[in-house]
Order: sequence, then C-alpha cells, then structure tokens
Amino acid sequence: MVLVAVVLLVPRMPRWDRVKKSFFDVDQMRDSFPRLIDAFWLDVKIFAWTTPAIFVLALLIALARNSRSPALFPLRALAAAYTDVMRGVPVILWIYLVGFGVPGLGLERPYNSPLLWGSVALGMTYSGYVAEVFRAGIDSVHESQRAAARSLGLSSAQTMRFVVLPQAVRRVVPPLLNDLVSLQKDVALVSLIGPIEILRQAGIDKAKFANFTPYVVAALIFLAVTIPLTRLTDYLWQRERRRTSGTRVAA
Amino acid sequence: MTPKVSLRGVNKSFGANTVLHDLTLDVSAGEVVSFIGASGSGKTTLLRCVNLLEQIDDGAVLLDGDEISAVGRDPNPIRRRVGIVFQSFNLFPHMSVLRNITLALTKVLGLSSGDADTRAAELLARFGLAEKASVYPDQLSGGQQQRVAIIRALAMQPEVLLLDEITSALDPELVGEVLDVVRELKGSGITLLIATHEMAFAREISDRVCFLHAGSVAEVGAPSQIFSEPQDERTQQFLRRVRSH
Repeated sequence: MVLVAVVLLVPRMPRWDRVKKSFFDVDQMRDSFPRLIDAFWLDVKIFAWTTPAIFVLALLIALARNSRSPALFPLRALAAAYTDVMRGVPVILWIYLVGFGVPGLGLERPYNSPLLWGSVALGMTYSGYVAEVFRAGIDSVHESQRAAARSLGLSSAQTMRFVVLPQAVRRVVPPLLNDLVSLQKDVALVSLIGPIEILRQAGIDKAKFANFTPYVVAALIFLAVTIPLTRLTDYLWQRERRRTSGTRVAA
Repeated sequence: MTPKVSLRGVNKSFGANTVLHDLTLDVSAGEVVSFIGASGSGKTTLLRCVNLLEQIDDGAVLLDGDEISAVGRDPNPIRRRVGIVFQSFNLFPHMSVLRNITLALTKVLGLSSGDADTRAAELLARFGLAEKASVYPDQLSGGQQQRVAIIRALAMQPEVLLLDEITSALDPELVGEVLDVVRELKGSGITLLIATHEMAFAREISDRVCFLHAGSVAEVGAPSQIFSEPQDERTQQFLRRVRSH
C-alpha cells in the first residue's frame, strides 16, 4: 500500500524532476560508484578489526559482571560502571572525545591516527552493548545447570566454560548479529573525525558535483551488506524460537 | 564404626524461613535411607547440604568423620565422593548423552577421553541405554533422561549418592524404569540417601526410613516399623494423608 502510494504519488510532486536529477542521476551513479566502493573497503576493514576485539572485551566484561565471589565485588562494580558509561553516551560523542582527545595528547605517528582512535571508540561503546547481550545469555541459563555441573565436582570456571557459556552464546546469537548490523552502519561515524570512508567520500562527491546521488549510492551499498546480514539474523532467531518455545499455535 | 554421613544439629534457613532445624542423623556406609515427609519438610535441602550445594548455618555435616561443612573447605573434592541426582534431571542439553557422562570424568577425575568413553559405554550398556550414547537429551523420554542422569553421577564412582525426588517429574509409566536402576544399586556398597514421595518404593528399598517434619527428624526406623506401626503422631497423620488418595 505505502509502496504503491509512494511510487504513484512521488513522481507527481511539483519538484520531482529536480529531486530526480539531484538524487537519482544515473551518470553520477556510474561516476561515483568505483570511488565509493573503494572507500567502503575502509568501512569493511574497520568493521573487521573492531568486531573480534568487541567480542573478546564484551565477554570478559560479562564474565566479570557474573562473577560470584564476594572478594570480586570491585571487579563487578567496575564492569557495571563500564557498561553504564559506554551505553549512556551517544556513540558519536565517544568517537569525538576519544578520536580527537587521545591523538591530541601528542602521541607519535602512527599512534595519533584518528582512524585508530575512532575505531577504539567504536570498540569501547559496542563492547558495552555486546557485554549486556552476553550477560543476558549467561543469566538465561538455569541455575540447575550450574548445580548439576558443580555437583559433579567441576570448578566454577569449568562450569562456566563447559556448561554455561556454550548454552548462553547459542541463545544470544540473534541479538549479537543484530548488534553487528548496527556496528556495520555505525562504522560510518568514524568519518566524522577524518578518515575517508564511504560516507565521507560520498560527501566529497556531493560537494564536488553539487549532486546528492552519491549518498543514494552509499545507502545502496550499505543495504547490499546489511540486508543479507539482517535476513540471516531473522532466520537464526526463528530457528532458535522453534527449538526452544515448543509447538507453534496454529494461526 | 564411624558413620559414612553424619548430620549434627544442622540448621539452615533461607531468609526468615527455617528449613532445617537442629537436624541430627547418622547413616552407615552402604546403608539405604529414605526421607519422607510433606513438601517443605526439608528433604531436598538436607540432601543439598550433604554435597555442599547449600551451606549450612549451624551444626556440622561429616563424611567419614571429616567435617566437610567447615567454612572455607574446597567443595570440589568432596563432591567427587558424594553424587546427586535431581528431580529435574539437569542434563546438559548442548551435549550428547556420552559427553554428559564423560565431561566430569575427563575434567574432574582427569581420565583420558578413551578411558572415560569406555567407562560411560559400560554403564550405558548395563542400564540398557547403549544405543543412546550419541543422542541429545531432548530426544530422550523423561525416564531415559533420568537414567542418564543417574549414570552420570554413578560414573564418578561416588561413595554416597543422593537421590532428590528423582521420579517426581516423570509420567507414572516411566517411574518403574528409573526405580529399577536404583534397585540395582542397593547392595553395591554405595550409600544411598533418597528423598521420595514413592512410599511403596521407600518401604521396599530402604534399610531405614526417616520421617522429616519441619526440618527435623520426627521419627526414624525400619521401613516396616515406620509404615506399619508409626510411633510419632505426625508420622501417623502424614501417612494417613498420603494413603487417603
């Protein structure tokens, strides 16, 4: 319905011709596409090196928060404070603060690159979100599983490693992929402190040719990656639901 | 002779709720003792205190005269000697039946995976589950799951095995196969502490039956005495209630 309305109505708007020319210029698309794809490669690289770091850091934070020994209270408090602070401030602010702030301390090349510190900022914030996903997964494993493992003589670390974590991670694969889809887009925010990735390249092209088409091309390139990832997330989510929530009620 | 398991004036509360109240009982090596009593009488908590899944507030739990409930004792070596089977099976759903059994054999006892597999396979064969080794728990019936849980505990070769209402979550027609496993254990030298609602089974298998009321031992004695000539008025009331339906 909405789609039909858009397709039918938008071309009838009084300034459609002008919008069409400045957003959907085919020649402009052809011209910008190679540059944008090149620039997108940097997004992919940032994504590729931040993702493993995020997962490792997030898992450590989640484990710290789930520790039970009374002596480890400071660790739990620290982990809780970390996730609160990281999630409580917009990603873009962290990118500005860390990306401009740390190189400003006077570090030598290559340690003063905004690209490096922008990625670090992205990793810091996302590890806060992902840690909460891991924590939810760990909490979702029933206490009786721990009781069974501990009763067999497994230590609490062995219980976590062999019994709790494998079940927890399996359950949170869909929300984890969801966070990855977000990360994949938020990588573009690093452009705001300098690196020429796709969003910035699109901005440069827009300024040069006084045409918005490069932004449309950039959006399409993002969609080409995020849609398959989103579909995969949905598929895994449904499969997990079928596995754990019993017989479906007929419509 | 030193009792195998000894509970000395054990107290345990959860918040304001006192679950075990000055409970004292000795169990000899190789003895089969069943605990009966109303829900909330402390049967499950008693068992969980024996393998240190619960920490007692006061009193002492002794294993071969050794105070295992002492504050700061490492529970892991003790749990190797005292196994437990739970009402809700608690198999690890992400592992095959075989791996459920061998996990603690390799990680706790340090057996090679070959030796662990052999020990698990022998036990599975002995209890008629040989062909289920590579199956996952959710593909098994409740009775089969509970038999695997018993095997998992037995594989550790514990001196004491705690059975916590192991048939309460089962369909009636599956109770028999699980109780058969327990029957086979009697006389093997293992000490069995059984919390149960199956009165006929308790009567049949136990050397002694212990009636718990409000977290204490109200009456303990031979099954024939407890079930035929209960002395304590609370035992009589409980048995009347149980038998009236």
